[in-house]
Amino acid sequence: MAALDHAPPPFFKRGPAPLALLSFYVACSIALFVLDLRFHALDAARQGISLVTDPLQRLAQAPMRMLTEGSEYFVALETLEAENRALQAARLEAAPALLRLAQLEAENERLRQLLNLQTREKAAGQAARILYTARDPFSRRVYLDKGQQQNLVPGQPVIDEKGIIGQITRVFPFSAEVTLITDKQQAVPVQILRTGQRSVVFGLGNGQVELKYIPANADVQVGDTLVTSGLDGIYLPGFPVAQVAHVERDSAYAFARIVATPTAAVESHGVVMVLDPRPPHPPHPEPLPDKPRAKGRPAAAPQGN
Amino acid sequence: MQGTHKSSRILQPVRPWFIVFSLFLALLLNMLPTRQWPFMPDWVLLTLCFWHVREWRKVGMGWAFTLGLAMDVADGAALGQHALAYVLVAYGATALSRRMLWFPLSPQALHVLPLMLLAQAVQLLLRIMAGGDFPGWSQFISPLISTLLWGPVSLLLLLPQYQPVERDENRPL
Repeated sequence: MAALDHAPPPFFKRGPAPLALLSFYVACSIALFVLDLRFHALDAARQGISLVTDPLQRLAQAPMRMLTEGSEYFVALETLEAENRALQAARLEAAPALLRLAQLEAENERLRQLLNLQTREKAAGQAARILYTARDPFSRRVYLDKGQQQNLVPGQPVIDEKGIIGQITRVFPFSAEVTLITDKQQAVPVQILRTGQRSVVFGLGNGQVELKYIPANADVQVGDTLVTSGLDGIYLPGFPVAQVAHVERDSAYAFARIVATPTAAVESHGVVMVLDPRPPHPPHPEPLPDKPRAKGRPAAAPQGN
Repeated sequence: MQGTHKSSRILQPVRPWFIVFSLFLALLLNMLPTRQWPFMPDWVLLTLCFWHVREWRKVGMGWAFTLGLAMDVADGAALGQHALAYVLVAYGATALSRRMLWFPLSPQALHVLPLMLLAQAVQLLLRIMAGGDFPGWSQFISPLISTLLWGPVSLLLLLPQYQPVERDENRPL
């Protein structure tokens, strides 16, 4: 009875069982999740999918944008005149400093050449518009309307007229993702403008940043301005980052808890400037061959007493 | 309008383009700039759940996976996060569909509530395991609102199927 060994053919073809499908898709999702978060290996796939979602996203945001831009268009003449006057006054106020800036920069460069110092890097870049904010509640990111087509690359700093906003972390064909300095995973090396002390600010995830690794007895006051120190090779030195809003000194901890508010309008939409990437740092000098050790003597300490 | 759980009403078959159109619309709704309002429902998840309950033979789990990936990229989330949640909800909705369709809309919504909560919890858990900080309990308001919207969304998505087979010129509806 060979016929009994065979199951009858199914009447309806319905593909694999639901549980099998579920396990397949769950395994796929978890594999993608791990590959993306642990190994950052899926940026190409992300760029591919973004080719579909990016136009959709722009389409979805178009009505809102038309409303805001339309209301800007119908703004009253008086408001525009007042704004114009205020801008002219501000330009006049800034004129004494700005007019001599070119001369000062040239002089600074000459002096630096005389002193054999490295010349300062010049800041240049391109303007871009913030398209939308990412909806992910775990991060603070915005998307710009420029991408690979405009030669943006990951790592470029993004500023507005008041200070640093963040850094480009992913680049898509027609848009780019900026991680704000208030994101939990973003760190910016800074310098306190008043004292010159260097440290690093970390995003807190709630719109503020925290100045870490400052000793509890250090000279930090509320209102101090933090500017980029440029030590990371990404941000040019001297851009304002944040202003100290709150200092808490507890003798139980070695470090003071210092919270600062970003000076730039980090969490609001608008036009921003994407700075060109800095030229790579010169490589660290090769350590000199250790001659004393070759002779069999212990290496001398760098500072003798 | 008569409830669909009553057997006296025979609906028209669904048109495939309408399924695609409704999912596309939900995708657009999800892409609105609603970062400030964490209580906004996940429209794609709600629509997917509806079609998996009503038409699980036409809308497979692959749709859930693909739309999940699209939402991952659109939200700037980790790849696979939405995909996993959507696939789990798709499976749950398919499994519950034979039971759910016997009930009126409000008990149906009670069936949907655990699915929506599960989707949100899975996403939060995955991200917290990957090192994120818990973003607050307000994230769990959105599944509740999705559940409340189950009734209106069901009626809306069933409207094309409520049309009579033969058009009567003298009848107003």
